[in-house]
Amino acid sequence: MNVLSVRDLSIDYLTSHGPVHAVRDVSFDIAAGETVAIIGESGSGKTTVAISLVRLSPRSARITNGEILYTNAGTTIDVRSLDEEELRRYRWNDCAMVFQAALSAFNPVITIWEQFLDTGRAHGMRDRHTVRERAGELLDLVHLDPRRVLASYPHELSGGMRQRVLIAMSLLLQPQVIILDEPTTALDILTQRSIIDLLRTLREKLGFAMIFISHDLSIAAELADRMITMYAGTVVERAPVRDLFYRPRHPYSVGLLRAVPRVSGALGAVSSIPGQPPDLRRLRPGCTYQPRCPFAVNECGDREPDLVPVDTPAHDARCIRWEAVAKSVGDTSVDTGTAVGG
Amino acid sequence: MSSVALGLGPGRSLPGPLAGAVRFLRSLASRPVGLVGFVGVVFFVLLAFVGPLLVPLQETSDVTAVYLTPSTAHPLGTDFRGRDVLNQIVWGGRDILAVAFLAATFSTIIAVALGAVAASIGGRVDTIIVGISDVFLTVPHLIVLIVVAAILRPTGFIALAVVLAGLQWSGLLRPVRAQVLSLREREYVEAARSLDLGLFHIIFREMLPNMRSYIVIHFILAMTGAIYAVTGIVFLGLVPISGQSWAIMLYFAQAQGAIFFRDSFWYILSPILAIALFQLSLVSLVSALEDIFNPRLRNG
Amino acid sequence: MSALLELDRVSRSFAVPAGRITAVDGVSLVLERGESVCLVGESGCGKTTTGRLLAGLLRPTSGAVRFEGQDVWGSSGAGLALFRRSVQLVHQDPYASLNPTRTVFQTLSAPLLRHHKAKRGRDVVSKATTLLERVGLTPADDFLAKYPHQLSGGQRQRVAIARALSVEPRVIVADEAVSMVDVSIRITLLDLLLALGTEFGVTIVLITHDLAVARYFGRAGRVGVMYLGRMVEMGRTETLVGDPAHPYSAALIAAIPEADPTITRGKERVALRSAEVPSLLNLPPGCTFHPRCPLAEPGLCDTAIPALLPLPTATGLGSRDVACHVAQRERRPAAELLGVG
Repeated sequence: MNVLSVRDLSIDYLTSHGPVHAVRDVSFDIAAGETVAIIGESGSGKTTVAISLVRLSPRSARITNGEILYTNAGTTIDVRSLDEEELRRYRWNDCAMVFQAALSAFNPVITIWEQFLDTGRAHGMRDRHTVRERAGELLDLVHLDPRRVLASYPHELSGGMRQRVLIAMSLLLQPQVIILDEPTTALDILTQRSIIDLLRTLREKLGFAMIFISHDLSIAAELADRMITMYAGTVVERAPVRDLFYRPRHPYSVGLLRAVPRVSGALGAVSSIPGQPPDLRRLRPGCTYQPRCPFAVNECGDREPDLVPVDTPAHDARCIRWEAVAKSVGDTSVDTGTAVGG
Repeated sequence: MSSVALGLGPGRSLPGPLAGAVRFLRSLASRPVGLVGFVGVVFFVLLAFVGPLLVPLQETSDVTAVYLTPSTAHPLGTDFRGRDVLNQIVWGGRDILAVAFLAATFSTIIAVALGAVAASIGGRVDTIIVGISDVFLTVPHLIVLIVVAAILRPTGFIALAVVLAGLQWSGLLRPVRAQVLSLREREYVEAARSLDLGLFHIIFREMLPNMRSYIVIHFILAMTGAIYAVTGIVFLGLVPISGQSWAIMLYFAQAQGAIFFRDSFWYILSPILAIALFQLSLVSLVSALEDIFNPRLRNG
Repeated sequence: MSALLELDRVSRSFAVPAGRITAVDGVSLVLERGESVCLVGESGCGKTTTGRLLAGLLRPTSGAVRFEGQDVWGSSGAGLALFRRSVQLVHQDPYASLNPTRTVFQTLSAPLLRHHKAKRGRDVVSKATTLLERVGLTPADDFLAKYPHQLSGGQRQRVAIARALSVEPRVIVADEAVSMVDVSIRITLLDLLLALGTEFGVTIVLITHDLAVARYFGRAGRVGVMYLGRMVEMGRTETLVGDPAHPYSAALIAAIPEADPTITRGKERVALRSAEVPSLLNLPPGCTFHPRCPLAEPGLCDTAIPALLPLPTATGLGSRDVACHVAQRERRPAAELLGVG
C-alpha cells in the first residue's frame, strides 16, 4: 500500500530571467515502511521535490502541474489542497521533514526542551509531562542523554548530536513518512556511520517510510530499498537498490556510479561525466542528457524519451538506448564478486 | 589574441562604465521607491546647479509685497522683503548641496584610508586610530561644531565642508575597518597574499572594489548628515551669513519673526520642504541601492 | 639532496575564547619532488592547519618548516615571499576563493605581471590563455572576460588552479579542493591535479576528509591519517587503505559507507569504546585515541604519547609509519589485531 504517491509533478521557480523548470513530470510511489533514496547532483530537482512534499517550498516556487497524494487509514488526500491549518498538522503528524543538521534548523535562543515543547504544543500535546516523557523516550532511542540534551542550547551540541535531535524531534508525533535532506552530509565519517545505523534501527522499531535526498550514493547503498535518479528536473531511472547499483540502465546512473571511487575492493575504472547539466530555463527538445551521453544517437534529440520498464517491471529508465547500456554495463555485481540472488 | 580577446573591442560586452550605468538604471527601474529617490536627487541637483544659470537672482526688495501667498507671479509667495521665494529656493540649493557633497567626500576618504590602514596593519596603529575615532564619536557633535565654527568662522563652503568632515569620518571608520577585517580573511585575499601581489594590489584591487556598494551607501548617508548639520549651524547663526541657501532662508525667517505672520506659511515651509524632500530622495535611493548591491538578491 | 618541503616536529596552537588549543602537535612530514600525498582526517584533526603551515600562511609555534633545506621562518622577508609563492594553496570553496569583482583575465594577469612572468599587452593575454588551456578551460577566449559568477563550480576551481600555476609553484596544497564540486566531475579535477605532478614535477598535497578520494588520488603516493592534531599513520596508499596499521585508521575505513549495497551492508565494523571525540581544550593524556580505542591498554596507552615509527614486521621494518603502542609491540597492523580488513 502506498502512503505517498506523486503524480506528474512539475515545479517552476520564477526568476527575473523567466521561469526555471526545476521539476518536470515527476512521478513515484512510496509504500508504507519503505525507504526510497532520491539521488542526483545540484540542480537535479531532488530537493525541490522533497520540500514540495511538505509544501515548504520558497515563495518563488510554483507547482504548475500534478498531485501529491497522501494515504492514511484508507483515506487519500491531495497535499496540494490542504489549507494552512491542515498543512500544519500534516507536516508533523503525517510527514515530517528532517533538514541538514545545520544550526539554522534550530531556534538558537531556546533550549532543546523548549523546542520539543513548542512543537508538541503546536500539535495538540497539551500536557507538559506527556511531551517530556515522549521527548525522553525519543532521545533515549537516538542514544542521547535526555537530561543533558534537553537543557542544552543548539550551539552547545555537536553536529552529530544536532542531527540526532532533529531525527528525534521529527518522530515526536509518530509520522508515517520521514523525509531527510542530506542527513549525513557535513558530518564526520564515524558520526555518519552512527547516524546510518541509527536510522536503520529506528526504521525497524517504528516502521515509518523514509525518503532521503542525497548526492551521496553510499548512503543510498546503505539504507535504500529503492532508488530514484533525477537529472535536469526529471526522473531518469527508478529501480530497486541492487538493480540500480549493479544493473543501471540509464547512462546518467552509470556515469554517477563510475564517478565515485571506492575504498574497498578493486579501484576499478573511475571517470567523471564530461560536460555540464543543461540550463533549466532553456531546455532543448530531446533527451536532456544527450549532450553528455556516450550512448547518444541522433534519435535521442527528437523528443524526450518516456520512462519505460526495462529488465523487470519494477525497473524503469528514461532512455531509448537502454538495451545498448545493458549490453555495455551488464551486471556489475558479478565483476565485484558481490552477486546476490534475488 | 588581440584586444578583442580581452573584451575591449566592440564585439564583447566587458561591462564598461556605460554598460554598468545602463545595468544600474535597469535594476533601479524595478524598484519604484529607489527610482523616485533617484529622480528626486537628479531634480534637486539640476535645480540647484542648472537652475541659477537660467533664472536671474532677484535681490530687489519690495516692501509693498511682503509675505504674499502663492500666486502665478510668485508660485511660493514672497518673503519679509517681498522677494520671490521660488527664486530663493532655486538659488539656495547650490551651496548647501556642495557643502554636503564635499563633506561626504572628505569624510569618506578619511574613513576609508584610516579604516583600511588600521585593519591592514593592525596592532598599535589600529588601537590608536580606533581610539581617536572613538573620541570623535563620543563627543557631542553639535557642541563641537558650535565651538569650532565660533573659533574658525569658516566663510567659504569648502572650509565648512572640512569642518563637517572632521567630525563625520569617525562614524564611518568602524564599519570600514570591520569590512576590511572581514575581507582580509577572504580566501581570495589570502590567495593574493600567497601570490605575493603586494599590499597596494590587495587593498585597491582586491578589497576596495568589494566595498564599493558599502562606500556609496555611506557616502549618501554622510551627505544627509552634513545637510542637517549645515542647516543647524546656519539656522543658529553660528557661521557668517552671506549668499543664498535654504538654511539662510530659515535663519532669516526666524530672525525676522516670520513665524508670527500668518501669511508667511509658504515662506517658512518652502526651504523646509526643499531640505526634507532632498533628504527623502537620498534616503529612498539608499534603500534601493542596498537592495541592488546585496549580492544575494543580485543575479545573472 | 634535501627534501623539497619538510615539516620538522611542527606545532601550532591558537588562542580561543575558552583557552588555548594545539591544532597541530609535533607533526613531521617530508615531501619529495613530484609526489602526491594525501592528508586525511575528520574535522578538528588539524589537516587544514597543516596545509596552511605547508603553504607558509601560518607560522609554527614550534618546530621548523624547511624548503629546499632552508628554514623558511628563519630567513629574511624576501626568502619567505619566494617560499610562499613556491607553495600555492587551492581552497575548498571555489565560490569564495575567486574575487567576485575581477574577471578571469584580471585574476590571472595580476600575478603574471607582478612577477614578470609576462609583459603587458599581447604577451600576458597569451600566457593567461596558456594557463587556461593547461587546466582544460578551452577555448580560453570564452573564459578570459568572464566573472566568477558566470562560471560553474568546477570551472571556478579550474581557474583557481590556473591562478596557482601562474607563479610556477613547486608545491600545490589542495585543501578539500573537490568536496564542493558536483560528484560527477570530481575525478577530472583530481586527474588534472595529478597530471600537474607527472607533467611538471609539481608536488601535490591533497587534504580531504574523504578516504575514497584519498585512495584514488594517492594511488601512486602516500596517505597520512591525522587525529586530534597528530599524525597517527603514514604510508603507501594501497597498504594503508587495505591494511590499516592504526586502530583509528582501521575504524575509519571500516565505518565508511560505500557506493555498493552488498559491500557496505556487509562490512565488518570496529566497535569503538566511545563515540565522543575529546575536546582539543582537554586532550586525554598519552595517546589521544585511547579513550575510544578498542585496543587500548591501561598503563600503556594513557601514559606515554606514541611516536610515529616504522611498523616492524616479521621480515624487518615495514613500509609504513604508525603511532600506536600496541601495533608496535605486536608487530602487526591494527586491522589484523581487530580482525577487520
